[in-house]
Amino acid sequence: MTLVPMVTGASAAFWICGTLMVLGALGLVFFRKAVYSALSMAFVMLNLAVLYATMDAPFLVFVQIIVYTGAIMMLFLFVLMLVGVDTPDSVVETLRGQRPAAIIAAVAMGALLIFGIGGSVRGVGSIGLTQANTADGGNVEGIANLLFGRYVFIFELTSALLITAALGAMVLAHRTRIGAKLGQRAHASERMRAYATTGAHPGTLPSSGVYAGDNSIAAPALLPDGSVSEASISQTLTLRGATLDPEDLRKVTADRFAAIEATQEVDE
Amino acid sequence: MTNPENVLILASVLFAIGGLGVMLRRNALVAFMCVELMLNSANLAFVTASAMHGGLDGQVASFFVMVVAAAEVVVGLAIIMTIYRTRRTTSVDDANLLKL
Repeated sequence: MTLVPMVTGASAAFWICGTLMVLGALGLVFFRKAVYSALSMAFVMLNLAVLYATMDAPFLVFVQIIVYTGAIMMLFLFVLMLVGVDTPDSVVETLRGQRPAAIIAAVAMGALLIFGIGGSVRGVGSIGLTQANTADGGNVEGIANLLFGRYVFIFELTSALLITAALGAMVLAHRTRIGAKLGQRAHASERMRAYATTGAHPGTLPSSGVYAGDNSIAAPALLPDGSVSEASISQTLTLRGATLDPEDLRKVTADRFAAIEATQEVDE
Repeated sequence: MTNPENVLILASVLFAIGGLGVMLRRNALVAFMCVELMLNSANLAFVTASAMHGGLDGQVASFFVMVVAAAEVVVGLAIIMTIYRTRRTTSVDDANLLKL
């Protein structure tokens, strides 16, 4: 006796993973931050691997996880980190009415796929892969038989494709230097020349400030007269406007001193 | 075994969402990830068709799609990096040198 009729483990997995995949795909499209989008995409891919597992494709499960989630998505994350993750997508429409038109087009495309193409496979039924998977002794053996048998020429072509892609990436990533690379000696003599002409300090830059409540690299160090030392913060942080205000930092210290003095007066 | 029609519908929905992302998003990386989503949904349809027809050819096709996707990602990301290096942006709106 079954409490839930007609529900097998595979179809339960389908409904759970399918829902999660659609949610993840919507997250990919609608998250403003690119990193969230990338993580949603990785989530969709992992769920897809689970679906492959329920559909008798054990080889593809591992290729999906290792190649797609492991290699391709991590490559995306690396590039995201390189190009700066903190630039959210602009929300300004450059073409008027593009967004509603895109949504209508996507819904129409989905409807076309589901009703047009889906209608032609309706009621076909499924033969299942049990026979195909056991014919050669297993799923991996069956795929290898096809890959190195019927599709061996395409397999050779993909190797040519991969080599071309690797070469293309190297050519695109190559950058010709405009000037000669500066060595340690050239840097040192440049610093000494700057010291001789402008009086710029040739030593290391001052470290960031250490306060009672904060010692992050965004906290500027103070000079003896109480003014901010511009050289103590990274220029990148200054340009982003991510530096902390020394007045707020000093206020924490002053408040604590005041609190300590107040308790001392009470004790006395 | 899951009803293959449901899986094909899921693949169509994912494909449509991927297409929506390509049309909506301005960040070249996110648009590129949406293309990956479309490729993934095509893979899902391939694997389902493989189960429907009782042959492993669909799974081999899906494997080839993954190989092509890997090659495409390598070149595509290199192009995005090159554009970012010269123009300091990954928005597809700002790459407009060919515009009159």
